[in-house]
Amino acid sequence: MPKTNVKKMLFILSKATLENVYAAFIMANGARMEGIEAEIFFTFFGLEAINKSKLEHLHVATVGNPAMHMPTMLGGLPGMEALATKMMKKEMEKLDMPPVEEFLEILSDSGCKLWACKLAVEMFHLSEKDLIDDLDGILTIGDFYNRATEENTHMLFV
Amino acid sequence: MDGINRNEEGYLTDFSQWNKEVATNIAKECEIDLTDKHWEVIDYLQGKHKNEEALSIRGIKKSGVINIKEFYALFPGGPLKISTKIAGIPKPKSCI
Repeated sequence: MPKTNVKKMLFILSKATLENVYAAFIMANGARMEGIEAEIFFTFFGLEAINKSKLEHLHVATVGNPAMHMPTMLGGLPGMEALATKMMKKEMEKLDMPPVEEFLEILSDSGCKLWACKLAVEMFHLSEKDLIDDLDGILTIGDFYNRATEENTHMLFV
Repeated sequence: MDGINRNEEGYLTDFSQWNKEVATNIAKECEIDLTDKHWEVIDYLQGKHKNEEALSIRGIKKSGVINIKEFYALFPGGPLKISTKIAGIPKPKSCI
């Protein structure tokens, strides 16, 4: 099997729905497991995934998500998101997928850098103490672009 | 390594051919000198494989044998991929 040319993956996570957070985490972890460098920049609602008081309460999006195969009005009913989230978490547990907090620890220990977006941190009136201890720092988007220091770096918006 | 059956990625296709010398040679190909800690991890991986338990990075975290940081340091460039190759067991198929 030929070896990948990808050297580094930079992810921008802008949403805090469970499906987006896990997509970014699995891709970042998958990169590290292949010997590819990985970094995640958490911006806008993506910040919830590294906000200590929010990260264990992320939900699946049931509205505006055609793949849920339920009418939008039904998806908006009280408790629907919680139910869908509970079901998805159960399935994820079966596959031995770690909860958000543990996944962040795994990523950090694996050498994946975790950054918070400065503008979003200010917009949501957050400070470093609101965010996970494993955070590598708070950056501007310009700083994040400057993390792309080598050939074959790819940037992905989730 | 003559007579040792391996697939196109270099994994053993017959675990009965595995021994410490084979492991040391595969490790050399991966530019790794095996230490006691490496052998401990290899033993853990082989035990898991024998019990038909899936390997994952989360499993490594819970293993009690090694933590994730050390694991990456011992087998740089894709730790689970490389350690399983040295341990003579198949490459894990999981995405996590």
